[in-house]
Amino acid sequence: MGIQGMELCAMAVVVLLFIAVLKQFGILEPMSMEDSSDSELELSTVRHQPEGLDQLQAQTKFTKKELQSLYRGFKNECPTGLVDEDTFKLIYSQFFPQGDSTTYAHFLFNAFDADRNGAIRFEDFVVGLSILLRGTVHEKLKWAFNLYDINKDGYITKEEMLAIVKSIYDMMGRHTYPILREDAPLEHVERFFQKMDRNQDGVVTIDEFLETCQKDENIMSSMQLFENVI
Amino acid sequence: MAAGVATWLPFARAAAVGWLPLAQQPLPPAPGVKASRGDEVLVVNVSGRRFETWKNTLDRYPDTLLGSSEKEFFYDADSGEYFFDRDPDMFRHVLNFYRTGRLHCPRQECIQAFDEELAFYGLVPELVGDCCLEEYRDRKKENAERLAEDEEAEQAGDGPSLPAGSSLRQQLWRAFENPHTSTAALVFYYVTGFFIAVSVIANVVETIPCRGPARRSPREEPCGERFPLAFFCMDTACVLIFTGEYLLRLFAAPSRCRFLRSVMSLIDVVAILPYYIGLLVPKNEDVSGAFVTLRVFRVFRIFKFSRHSQGLRILGYTLKSCASELGFLLFSLTMAIIIFATVMFYAEKGTNKTNFTSIPAAFWYTIVTMTTLGYGDMVPSTIAGKIFGSICSLSGVLVIALPVPVIVSNFSRIYHQNQRADKRRAQQKVRLARIRLAKSGTTNAFLQYKQNGGLEDSSSGEEQALCVRSRSAFERQHHHLLRCLEKTTCHEFTDELTFSEALGAVSLGGRTSRSTSVSSQPVGPGSLLSSCCPRRAKRRAIRLANSTASVSRGSMQELDTLAGLQRSPAPQSRSSLNAKPHDSLDLNCDSRDFVAAIISIPTPPANTPDESQPSSPGGGGSGASSTLKNSSLGTPCLLPETVKISSL
Repeated sequence: MGIQGMELCAMAVVVLLFIAVLKQFGILEPMSMEDSSDSELELSTVRHQPEGLDQLQAQTKFTKKELQSLYRGFKNECPTGLVDEDTFKLIYSQFFPQGDSTTYAHFLFNAFDADRNGAIRFEDFVVGLSILLRGTVHEKLKWAFNLYDINKDGYITKEEMLAIVKSIYDMMGRHTYPILREDAPLEHVERFFQKMDRNQDGVVTIDEFLETCQKDENIMSSMQLFENVI
Repeated sequence: MAAGVATWLPFARAAAVGWLPLAQQPLPPAPGVKASRGDEVLVVNVSGRRFETWKNTLDRYPDTLLGSSEKEFFYDADSGEYFFDRDPDMFRHVLNFYRTGRLHCPRQECIQAFDEELAFYGLVPELVGDCCLEEYRDRKKENAERLAEDEEAEQAGDGPSLPAGSSLRQQLWRAFENPHTSTAALVFYYVTGFFIAVSVIANVVETIPCRGPARRSPREEPCGERFPLAFFCMDTACVLIFTGEYLLRLFAAPSRCRFLRSVMSLIDVVAILPYYIGLLVPKNEDVSGAFVTLRVFRVFRIFKFSRHSQGLRILGYTLKSCASELGFLLFSLTMAIIIFATVMFYAEKGTNKTNFTSIPAAFWYTIVTMTTLGYGDMVPSTIAGKIFGSICSLSGVLVIALPVPVIVSNFSRIYHQNQRADKRRAQQKVRLARIRLAKSGTTNAFLQYKQNGGLEDSSSGEEQALCVRSRSAFERQHHHLLRCLEKTTCHEFTDELTFSEALGAVSLGGRTSRSTSVSSQPVGPGSLLSSCCPRRAKRRAIRLANSTASVSRGSMQELDTLAGLQRSPAPQSRSSLNAKPHDSLDLNCDSRDFVAAIISIPTPPANTPDESQPSSPGGGGSGASSTLKNSSLGTPCLLPETVKISSL
């Protein structure tokens, strides 16, 4: 590079600095990004108010006082009235710190989110709880079936079951006794299908499920376990 | 766990229904839940301000006071509320923690008060939310530092009261560190300061060209060479003083190794070494070059002034604490210098007769330009060079201006801290004096009361009633308490005068105390002293006080007369003692305190020990057996024989 080169460089530097200064004064508008700051001002105005207390009371089996207590807790945690999936996963993971509960929480979220709108409202929350805590055995089993049926097509396939079981085992974490083997979920699923799948067609329908569960004493007896949670 | 989690727990448990069909073993039974009363509103009354909250809210944190059954201790069944006698403003924050899960720190409250409230309600300070955590920590640290400073000052600043038994070394060291403690130290301080100044000035003047008195060489030569002897003498004198000072400090230092390693001592050494090296090194041409270099180090004597000036020390300390900023400054400057020097070199390369002969040569130009000195000995001539040169000067201003405020603020903070520390130390003395006055006020009330014989439960009540002021219930109970303590320890409260008198008398009257201890051989002075209880009327005589002070000689006379007074009742006491050797503690104590009086206050009676001598053999023997029994506190006291000894 001769002298000319250095002068070119000098000119280039001067021009760059000039542009930087101009940018500072906002004169070069078209170059800058549009509305990058506006989005920050956006208020989280998405809010949801639940249906009236009376309607909820009609839809669920909770008393008014219980509903009030539930709503107070719910509103305290989610002032906007909606629980999105990430918050849900976060909350659920606090109960199972050793393992990874995100997958199972995802399935659970879908089970609660009846209208699949991506957020749990108070009504969904309360209706779900009502089934789980105050519902009949039949209703509870139906809810469980709904949980296992990931794509909600009315059939539980082996893959769906495997996913569910794996997610449950994931919650255990790595430090278990005895050591968790790689094929444990698969084994579990095989046993489950052996029990449930009557006609051996590779899927479990709701009727097969209900039938098998009602014949199983273990399951029947433990259905009463969580009645008094609230 | 956070509040939210507690709320969602029922939900998580309900969702466990989803595991039931998969379970291969029967699930465990649910824990028995006591019949929940449903949610109810609790009323918490804090100093009159009522706070109402759901019980569930408080139950969120079961390991705190409000969340556990501990709050039942504060439950007032009559009003059906929980009453706390605490600050309601602070309670607001505590309750908000339960509601929102975040503990906020109030800005306008004292951080210690907040801490105390947290401790009361069982909240750990770590729960302070992120938004307030930094400020909370900063304020706490500030407070802690200030308290530590105060404590340090208190401990260190007890200048005048040096223990009597300190060695010459300790005294010398104290004199060196705090020149204000004695006149000699102050004189020494000023003398050394003077000689430092003289030495520095001599070094400076040495190099000024003096014109000789009109004769010889018209050439000017420095004063140092015109008057070598004078300057040599002055130098010698100064170095001798410095050496002496250094050796004295070395001798007096409590930890010699640490002293040797300290900065000030290094400076001292560097200041005086050149002289000695100069003496040792022969004056030939080869080495004199190095010798001249050594003389440069004499300038370090000026650093010795830092012992005399606090500001200098602060400056040094600031620079040390800003080491990282200074390092950053240096680093960024170096980077910028190299960059700009390179650019300038290549920009000016083409010009003939240019000053920018190499990049290192361009360093000088860059430094001069960046620090805005602009000597003008190197100037770019090409356009590119000029452009880059101007950019260089602009950036120089920026680079230097950035770390400087940090250093300045550090210095300012440390300096003000020092000012505050000094002011606080001065105020502290006044504060402590006032507090002591208030404390002694209450003690004096008790002593006064005792002197007036107010604690006599029998005997001449009328006279005493006149002198005894009416006291409040509180005072009465307090005095009763003090009396109980006296009884328990068999010591008495007394005022400072008498105690220090006693103290002084002990050290002075060593002979007398020794002889009396001989007379009561088997029992060491210690046990006698400990087994002393004052008889009511003789309380004044025995002042084994628990406070420290100095005593005036005047009260010795007082004790004299009292001892004399006591001789009259002695026979009766003796007889009564004979009758019931193991009488009440009071009587027992009579004898004891006499003995004790002698041990502790060999005041008066120089004749006492002499008189006690003859009877010692007789009394000592029986006294021995009895006193052996009395080795523990509170047991029945010495037999009358010992009383005889003591009452003389």
